[in-house]
Amino acid sequence: MADKPKVAFYWCASCGGCEEAVVDLNETILTVVGAVDIVLWPVAMDFKKHDIEAMPDQSIAVAFINGAVRMSEQEEWVHLLRRKAQMVVAFGSCAHLGGIPGLANLNTGAEVFDTCYRDVQSVENTAGTRPQLKFVIDDHTLALPEFFDSVKSLDQVIDVDYYLPGCAPPADLIWGAIQAILAGALPPKGAVLSPNKAACDVCPRKDSKPDKIEISEIKRVATHIADPETCFLAQGFVCMGPATRSGCGSRCVEGNMPCRGCFGPMDEVYDQGAKFLSAFASVLAPKDEAGIERLLDQIPDPAGTFYRFSLPTSLLHRRKSGVPV
Amino acid sequence: MATTTFEPRIVAFFCNWCTYTASDLAGTSRLAYEPNAPVVRVMCSGRVDPQFVLKAFEQGADGVLVGGCHPGDCHYQEGNYKALRRFRLLKRVLTQFGVDDERVRLEWISASEGDRVQHVVNEMTNQLRRLGPWQQARS
Repeated sequence: MADKPKVAFYWCASCGGCEEAVVDLNETILTVVGAVDIVLWPVAMDFKKHDIEAMPDQSIAVAFINGAVRMSEQEEWVHLLRRKAQMVVAFGSCAHLGGIPGLANLNTGAEVFDTCYRDVQSVENTAGTRPQLKFVIDDHTLALPEFFDSVKSLDQVIDVDYYLPGCAPPADLIWGAIQAILAGALPPKGAVLSPNKAACDVCPRKDSKPDKIEISEIKRVATHIADPETCFLAQGFVCMGPATRSGCGSRCVEGNMPCRGCFGPMDEVYDQGAKFLSAFASVLAPKDEAGIERLLDQIPDPAGTFYRFSLPTSLLHRRKSGVPV
Repeated sequence: MATTTFEPRIVAFFCNWCTYTASDLAGTSRLAYEPNAPVVRVMCSGRVDPQFVLKAFEQGADGVLVGGCHPGDCHYQEGNYKALRRFRLLKRVLTQFGVDDERVRLEWISASEGDRVQHVVNEMTNQLRRLGPWQQARS
């Protein structure tokens, strides 16, 4: 048993969907468990931090880390895993790009606390209690991790070897990556383990895309039902396909939902939101300022829409501190 | 101790056919203007990828100026309309990122309007001098 490569799974700021994605391997997971020795998996198995600390450095073959880095505790954990693991794979959109938690970079940490502990209607907090880093009660000192001002992707904190994109990564990509790792057949370090092609390229609705798209009305899934056969952009929906990497199996499109961009950009793109913005603005119909503004009013939150999964890894990283929302 | 005054760095993307030619005219006409906006010549304002604007800020620019042909005058028919739509949408996104309105500007300047280049560069430079440097968040 000692010869089997050791594997760790860890979660940071995440929803648990990436853990679910591992379980979605179904029977294949038995093959994985047979081939490797899992030394850490908080969602499923009982190992503690000191178990990992006691292991020799570099003794874990691969650490799969999902979730963004939002708190000091997560920062400590990923540094620990980086030290103990020969290879680190950023697993899922949050570790890869910052993900949904990264949208909080449009606010400061203090603003997030104001919302959670004061402004939300269901909160009754007349004493104005806020989480404290240290709290002394009856001679006991309680400590909480620090809540950072900015959410970070994994590679903004530690060196990352590979990226498995997606919210969550689909089972075939996970299995493909595990097989490649076990066989030692990996691409160069830093690669995203998914095809470097736009989602539109492999979209099942590709043939319904007209030669020239012209959008005169922007539709939202909340207010319009999309035709289940036609290209979403041609219908006027914001669909991130042109600026998003493929490999997802077009799961959203198959469910009649436009692409939301969770696989992140292709290798040549360094800011997914700006690249999509560029493509989207070019297919809008109006040519005059008033007409353009009227149409753009139909996108209530452009930054949150175009950078839904990639805000921390965008070129600007976050909203400038000190500027009121 | 001598105080150093802040000098903004503006990246100017000028289209080959109109605004770049206008800045050339400003030069040959010996119109003096602020040296804060070095020009990157692009074939069309429609070539200005919004990534270029963000990259400029990430690399330390305090402002970005885009210059193109007047509506109806684009050498490629539609490029400046695309630039206008991208600019309007980018402005909305930049506001959400806390980027001040004065830092990004789009101007239509035809080949004969050398004095307009002089005026716009001077005006933007002075606005940014008052506004101060852009502070780029580090990851």
